Amino acid sequence: MYNKKVKLRALFLFLSILSAILIIFLVLKSLEENVVYFLSPTDIKNLNEATAEKIRVGGMVKDQSIKINSDKINFIITDFKNEINVVYSGIIPNLFQENKGVVAEGVLKDKSFFEAEKILAKHDENYMPPEVKASLGEN
Amino acid sequence: MILNYIGNFALFFCLILSSIIFFTSILVLNNKNSFFKRNLNELLFFKFFFTLLSFFSLVILFINSEFSNETVLNNSHISKPLFYKISGTWGNHEGSLLLWLLILTFCAFFYFLKSKNRPSDERLLTIIFQELIIMGFLFFLLKASNPFNIIFPVPDEGMGLNPILQDPLLAIHPPILYLGYVSTSIVFSSSLAALMKGNINNLWAKDIKSWVYISWTFLTLGILLGSIWAYYELGWGGFWFWDPVENISLMPWLSLTALVHCILVLEKRSILHSWTVILSIITFTLGICGTFLVRSGILNSIHTFANDPERGLYILFFLFFLIFLSILIFFIYEDKFETNNKNLNFYSKDFSIILNNWFVMYFLSVILIGTIYPIFLEVLSNEKISVGPPFFNKLIIPFLIPFLIFMSIGPNLKWIKNNKLSNKLNLIFLFILSIVIAIFVFKFYSNVTLNITILLAVSFYLFFITIKDFAKRNYKNYSQMISHFGFSLLVLSILLNSIFSNEVTSNMRVGDEIKFFDKSIKLQRLENTKEANFLKLIAHFKIEDKDKIELLLKPEIRIYDKPETITSEAAIKTDIFRDRFLVVNLVKENDYLNVRYQEKPFMIWIWISAILISLGGIINILKKNEK
Repeated sequence: MYNKKVKLRALFLFLSILSAILIIFLVLKSLEENVVYFLSPTDIKNLNEATAEKIRVGGMVKDQSIKINSDKINFIITDFKNEINVVYSGIIPNLFQENKGVVAEGVLKDKSFFEAEKILAKHDENYMPPEVKASLGEN
Repeated sequence: MILNYIGNFALFFCLILSSIIFFTSILVLNNKNSFFKRNLNELLFFKFFFTLLSFFSLVILFINSEFSNETVLNNSHISKPLFYKISGTWGNHEGSLLLWLLILTFCAFFYFLKSKNRPSDERLLTIIFQELIIMGFLFFLLKASNPFNIIFPVPDEGMGLNPILQDPLLAIHPPILYLGYVSTSIVFSSSLAALMKGNINNLWAKDIKSWVYISWTFLTLGILLGSIWAYYELGWGGFWFWDPVENISLMPWLSLTALVHCILVLEKRSILHSWTVILSIITFTLGICGTFLVRSGILNSIHTFANDPERGLYILFFLFFLIFLSILIFFIYEDKFETNNKNLNFYSKDFSIILNNWFVMYFLSVILIGTIYPIFLEVLSNEKISVGPPFFNKLIIPFLIPFLIFMSIGPNLKWIKNNKLSNKLNLIFLFILSIVIAIFVFKFYSNVTLNITILLAVSFYLFFITIKDFAKRNYKNYSQMISHFGFSLLVLSILLNSIFSNEVTSNMRVGDEIKFFDKSIKLQRLENTKEANFLKLIAHFKIEDKDKIELLLKPEIRIYDKPETITSEAAIKTDIFRDRFLVVNLVKENDYLNVRYQEKPFMIWIWISAILISLGGIINILKKNEK
């Protein structure tokens, strides 16, 4: 029969492969659960139904659309084809301005109403979400 | 104007010198006593000197605001304070690459100076690899991102530096971080050279160790500086966002951390030869990979100075070239390792370090997947996704628990084999004590999950054990003890900070008052002032708790005109127990201010512990030099 050392090595190999498979499975599983999709207002319009998952919406803040009161901020994200109403309460980044690019993370209430939990900071005053740039180029 | 030419020619001269060194080194590799070998030191110094000349030309161009230079034009402005004119030199793509190159040439020179006890052919090979990297970057610099492009006619005024980069911490963050990144190139080159010469052994480990410590220490400090800056400048009140840009600096740090430990095993036990070489290769390629992702515009961040696909393509090509070259060398020369069948005992320091390496590699792969998966998905299916903190937290926190336990026990084991653990009773007592504390926290704070409670228990355990180790007065291991103590303090303060942090956000007008637990926060008045290159809006807040103790906080909003940008300066009141963090933002032209107030416990301890971690590295570097 094989000696003890070979057996031990085989066991070791088996365990490492097993743990590697388990880890890959775990990583892929949590990846699936935790990714956040990035959609433009047009993508949202094309959805069949509003998803309950957390998503990111990117586009430009529509001109004259920011309204503010003591506990929340309302504004409209547009990609110049479609638009979506956003309500948000929390801190906004410095570059959050009308006619500038914005990315909001949150949940869709319905297909024209988005409740943001986070407005992401972009540190460049000329930043424009790639989709917006693309759709502006098309027009 | 003349400086443009000096800087440019100095770079060309560098490229010529570099190719001379590269090709001549290959020719004389087997020549025992050539004239070239004896004078290589001077050549390397000249090369460093010319890069320095080129770098200082750019610095002076920035100081004098000479807008005939394209880089100065795009990133500077006459009214900018002198300090930021200087730091603006490396606050852009071209200048930062020049700084990168400067450090590369310095490392090559310094390595050759300090490696006289190594075999001469190994030193020469190291220099050959180093020159290869230097030439790669020089080509890139001259061809795709020359910092000395001349503009004619000369404009009167520059475009200015992004105001959020105008910050003292961010002025020193790139040089420190680059020192960390770039010095890994020496570890990379030297490990390939030693591999080819069959010199990967305990003596090599002993000699290259100081370079590993240098890179690790500077990288730690560099990440820390970036993190502190993000904390007070970006206005989120957090210090780590799992942003891709942060992740790509953490990845080389993790593999360096693995290397710091595994090189000790190689030194003391003469095992893990190939693993050490693999780690050296991984560390350096991850560094270049970071440069590629950041500079190609694939990741959108503050570090993305210019979205130029050509640049990205070049770095990608260079990256693949280096990876293939090193893999090729690795497989050709792999059989040169000293083979020895030393038994590995499960109950030993060696094994606990191997365990540490496995865990660190796991953390590294999780971060790697989380960072590059969105990029791949976008290329493959055009779907845009992002992977946020929940992914990392979920996959990293559970594995931190065994990691910390092994980290507590590991250093107390002996090399080779341990027959019995000394003072077992002490270890058990401390373990029970930590569990009791964690249960106490769990009982009284409802928002703590079980996972976090266990993590809290094990990090308290590591904390107590490292404190106990100090009492042993074992001066030989002081650096390790300080770093490990720092790490336990880091995990502990991050945990307590995330458990006990509280915040309130609101939109306020002058005179408004909001409640925060038993405190009231009142916006008293606004004040306008004018500074050299920006307008300042200061908001005066009064925070009063139930004992009528008042705290005045004055966050600012700065409105820069070149380029037109608004930044927020948070008002932070730090003491040893907590940070009180108040930041305001303008919303449109409106009387409302967007206000966020946070109480973040033990914030300062996060910084202190990171400093302690790197202090361990510094002590090690100094200790090596003393001998």
